[in-house]
Amino acid sequence: MPTANKEQIEERMTAALESFGAERDQIKRDANWEALDVDSLDLVELAQIVEEEYGVKMKEEDMKELKTVGDAVDFVAERAKS
Amino acid sequence: MDSAVGRPEGCALVTGASRGIGAAIARGLAEDGWAVGVNYRSDSDGAEEVVSQLEAAGGQALAIQADVSDRDAADALFPPLEERFGPVLVLVNNAGVRVDGLAPQMEDEAWDKVLATNLSGAFRLTRRALRGMMRARFGRIVNISSIVGQRANPGQANYAASKAGLIAFTSTVAAEVARRSVTVNAVAPGLVETELTKDIGDEMLQAIPARRAGTPEEVAACVRFLVSQEASYVNGTTLTVDGGMTA
Repeated sequence: MPTANKEQIEERMTAALESFGAERDQIKRDANWEALDVDSLDLVELAQIVEEEYGVKMKEEDMKELKTVGDAVDFVAERAKS
Repeated sequence: MDSAVGRPEGCALVTGASRGIGAAIARGLAEDGWAVGVNYRSDSDGAEEVVSQLEAAGGQALAIQADVSDRDAADALFPPLEERFGPVLVLVNNAGVRVDGLAPQMEDEAWDKVLATNLSGAFRLTRRALRGMMRARFGRIVNISSIVGQRANPGQANYAASKAGLIAFTSTVAAEVARRSVTVNAVAPGLVETELTKDIGDEMLQAIPARRAGTPEEVAACVRFLVSQEASYVNGTTLTVDGGMTA
């Protein structure tokens, strides 16, 4: 599994969110899913990407706690290190 | 028309494809240009024969053993196909078993075995297949149900429950993933000439307006349509193919 720093993870997540239809200029650390029009299916796909590329599992209960892009980036970055 | 034009690269997986309806579906999808994973549980000779037929006709195919009632079946089925042919973009959940008996006497094992294969197996393979399909923004899942899932057939409470469950599962998952251009549909055959139905009496034919059993190829034709590009807006439905039996 490739190692990645927080910036790389944020860039990958931004690309994923953009592919779901979110506007790139609105994808910021403090942006929440609702504002980005990211729905539950998008989050499932985001979790798959994160698991495949960083080996980090984002379970359903984890996802409920992650309200913003920054929350998700920090969650993945923290666990990708360990 | 070349049916492979305009669709992503990938392959099809047909469970229970060593004979009967599954083998006919595998042949049909290969004719439509799909590389096909031919799953079997115990009939390796049958599966290899299907693969040989497909390859002789110019297609690509791979026989893969797995009991779909096993929780780990997806791990046995998907990696070899993905490695050789690319993502599984077509999944046909066809594998099915019958253990008939009246409900008052039905053993737990008979209930569990039928539900584990016919319904839980389809769920786990669908869950795994959706990963690649969602990423590809293309996918076709066809669950082989039965008219028994829609109307009573004494002696098959377990089979009927599994097939009715497949119909509800189909429509629900379709609604969940439709916006990723993934379709999930079911086909509900009536009486079809296969090993699974050989012990059903001729008197049943009298209840069929067509006065005959269907063929595996007639069921396969419905699956081929649902998998085709032309069926891209058909989602969450159940296509009955029963010679008018439930009309």
